[in-house]
Amino acid sequence: MAITLSFTPNLRRHVACPEARVAGATVGEVLAAYFERNPGVRGYVLDDQGSVRPHVAVFVNQGLTRDRAGLSDPIADGDAIFVAQALSGG
Amino acid sequence: MSDRLWLGTRKGLFLIERQGPGVWGIGQTRFLGDPVSMVLPEPGGGRIHAALDLGHFGVKMQRSEDGGATWHEAAVPTFPPKPEGLEDKDPMRGLDVPWSTRMIWALEVGAPGELWCGTIPGALFRSPDGGDTWELLRALWDDPRRRQWVGGGYDFSGIHSILVDPRDPAHVTVAVSVGGVWTTRDAGATWELIGSGLRNEYMPPGLEGDPLSQDAHRVVHCPAHPDRLWMQHHNGIFLSDDGGHQWRELTEVPPSSFGFAVAVHPADPDTAWFVPATKDERRYPVDARLVVTRTRDGGRGFEVLGRGLPQGPAYDLVYRHALDCSADGERLAFASTTGSLWVSEDQGDSWHCVSEHLPPVLCVSFER
Repeated sequence: MAITLSFTPNLRRHVACPEARVAGATVGEVLAAYFERNPGVRGYVLDDQGSVRPHVAVFVNQGLTRDRAGLSDPIADGDAIFVAQALSGG
Repeated sequence: MSDRLWLGTRKGLFLIERQGPGVWGIGQTRFLGDPVSMVLPEPGGGRIHAALDLGHFGVKMQRSEDGGATWHEAAVPTFPPKPEGLEDKDPMRGLDVPWSTRMIWALEVGAPGELWCGTIPGALFRSPDGGDTWELLRALWDDPRRRQWVGGGYDFSGIHSILVDPRDPAHVTVAVSVGGVWTTRDAGATWELIGSGLRNEYMPPGLEGDPLSQDAHRVVHCPAHPDRLWMQHHNGIFLSDDGGHQWRELTEVPPSSFGFAVAVHPADPDTAWFVPATKDERRYPVDARLVVTRTRDGGRGFEVLGRGLPQGPAYDLVYRHALDCSADGERLAFASTTGSLWVSEDQGDSWHCVSEHLPPVLCVSFER
């Protein structure tokens, strides 16, 4: 299965995170496969316990994923995952 | 004599350089737009560590090997997996304590090659290799009394002060907001909760002297006399002559003994500086007049220093890491959440305003 994974431009300011086509049946599998090739990106998206960081949002197509800790949301071939930044601060 | 001063601010890292007698200016900026919660220029070399708090994307460490000219990303202290089913809540707020680094709040050099790091949530990390790898000090983290630590100004507790004994780098003392003062003699294998004589008047009657509930805002020691500790506490100013076991409160401190920052002269343990605010519920200068207080006699008397500081109303608050003394004890610098920075070249007798337009300043550190 090939999933398109891309990241908010705001993250590209801090770390190289090129868009990629990655295989996997869940959000967690896709991210793990990506981080294997791009290990420096992991800590920007996930916290020390492997959960999505509190102000990071993971979309599958147009929908927000539900399982932020286990990353178990299923993925279908051709889906697109977008890692977004929730807005905050001043 | 240090001519270089590093500032971590809400919106970047600033190098402030001396351009002539009493004249200091911005030399470099790095990481503009990103909060820099802590900066550590290692003594005697070009190595500098900066802790970034990227908010959405977590805490990151940056390191320079060439005095700040170039930087690269370095390892971040991270927590081990939280055991399944373990309850670990902040007892004051009832929130789950994250087993994830939220902020780097202290960085200090230890034995050669060794670094210590204090974080929010309150934990201590040690690096044996200059910051390439970090390990959580499990003995302190797993101490059941650690579960009694509570957040002060932040949601979770934090370690903001780390004192490494220059006579014995295995002797390390840390201060926690809010969780008292802890010391180890074996590089972190075992810990003792210390702090007799400290007083928290906001606790219920009978608990004022509980060492575990003391809110140290900042603790420093005199490098030449490491048993002399100075503490700016939520409740006032305290000093210790035995490495933090026993403390004495100084009550006659004009205009106020409330504040966050304290600096001690590196060679004279009786000389220390503070930047007072009105009171815990009124965190601005007394009568809106910004001053620094200085004692030269171990706290028997305090001078109120204001030459060169604003004469008109000023509402600057100085965070706990935003006051520093140079290694020779001559120069001082402090900066505020209003974005103002002042430097003194005569131990605080007079001050020069460097800027009133910086981002809110989180920490200030002379190169040593």
